[in-house]
Amino acid sequence: MLDETLSVRSGPKDDCATGGNPMTQKDGNREIKDVPEDYALGANQAEAISVLLRELVAHLRQNRTQLREEWARRITEAQLLTAMSKDEIFAEATTVYDNYVEALETETFETLQAYARNLSERIIPRGVETHEVVGIVLLLRDVLARSLFAKYRSDFNKLNRILDAYEPAANRIANTVAVGFVQERERVIRQQQEAIRELSTPVLQVRERLLILPIIGVIDPQRARQLPEQLLRGIRTNRAKVVVIDITGVAAMDATVANHLVQTVEASRLLGATVIVTGLSPEIAQTLVKIGVDLGKMNTVGDLQGGIEQAERLLGYKVVPIVGAS
Amino acid sequence: MEVPILKQGDVLIATIQAALTDADILHLRTALIHQVVRSRSRGVIIDVTALDVMDSFASRTLREVAHMIRLRGAETVIVGIQPEVAFSMVQLGLTMVDVSTALDLEEGLAYLNQKFKANS
Repeated sequence: MLDETLSVRSGPKDDCATGGNPMTQKDGNREIKDVPEDYALGANQAEAISVLLRELVAHLRQNRTQLREEWARRITEAQLLTAMSKDEIFAEATTVYDNYVEALETETFETLQAYARNLSERIIPRGVETHEVVGIVLLLRDVLARSLFAKYRSDFNKLNRILDAYEPAANRIANTVAVGFVQERERVIRQQQEAIRELSTPVLQVRERLLILPIIGVIDPQRARQLPEQLLRGIRTNRAKVVVIDITGVAAMDATVANHLVQTVEASRLLGATVIVTGLSPEIAQTLVKIGVDLGKMNTVGDLQGGIEQAERLLGYKVVPIVGAS
Repeated sequence: MEVPILKQGDVLIATIQAALTDADILHLRTALIHQVVRSRSRGVIIDVTALDVMDSFASRTLREVAHMIRLRGAETVIVGIQPEVAFSMVQLGLTMVDVSTALDLEEGLAYLNQKFKANS
């Protein structure tokens, strides 16, 4: 009986020609093709899709247990989510399935989006990859579609209409989950980058008025920009008179970064601090000479120890051994 | 805008309190050199803490002030250059190579006192 109601009320393309359109019946002179289909059939079509979706959702709920198991089975078969145990996979599969069906039913995706982000937050640290997440969602889509084929295989028209209703919603769901996952990943990456940046240029006070800035690793342009800001601020906060910048841990730097370093030294001088650069590798020494740095401006010492000793002299400290100590 | 110049012993302290026009800076230059002569000061501190911008004219003129004052046998120290200002100056090549600088007023005075002791 449901089928009959649908074919009388709805306005899919094949029914149009037989005059099922109420608008054209009112105004006999109008040709059907002058009226944009969406306008005339919009309300009816949307309603028809909702009805179909409701039918679809009912079917998915009825067969929930078996479809879910099949999906979990295919996930294991495809060797996805290997980082998780079978029980975990089944538990998550249940929630995803229910959210999927709910999204189809309500045609809203907020809950699904929130769940996707929440799920991503939990599984990304476990090492689950993007292709796995996209893979399982597409598998579910496939499992559900096949069950629809099985159910409506005797009625091709009905199957077509059900798929018309199902496809856009299913695509949107796959999209939502994949995008949610990727966004979460990007958020984590940004967070880690920020953490690395913060760790990477510590300004340490080792004596009154003496700061040490140990630089380790690669200085990319962003870090090179951050360096003078942090150092100058540190000089002001700690009222430093001498700063030792140690670049033992830096293998090489390009001319831009080297220039930044020189500018940092000059700017520090304007704040009344002397800068000693220590630990220049042969490569960096070569770079500095090549870019024509005025070595008179740069106070350099071989290693950090030498640098600290000179700094202490500049500040008027003298380190003497305690007589009688072991 | 008149920059107040205070006397503290052998030292003159000029505290710039807001952005200065070119005319103001020139006026400051004149006022300082005259005051150095009148008070027979041995040191001058120019405090630029309140400036968050220092253009080429300002920086060149301050250098001139320092040179003029040195010709009178007195030492100039520029104090309170803000980190952002310092960095911009350096990027624009406005380094004050032959002018003494210090972090703040306290440092500036300490520096001058040390210099006076060394010279006396």
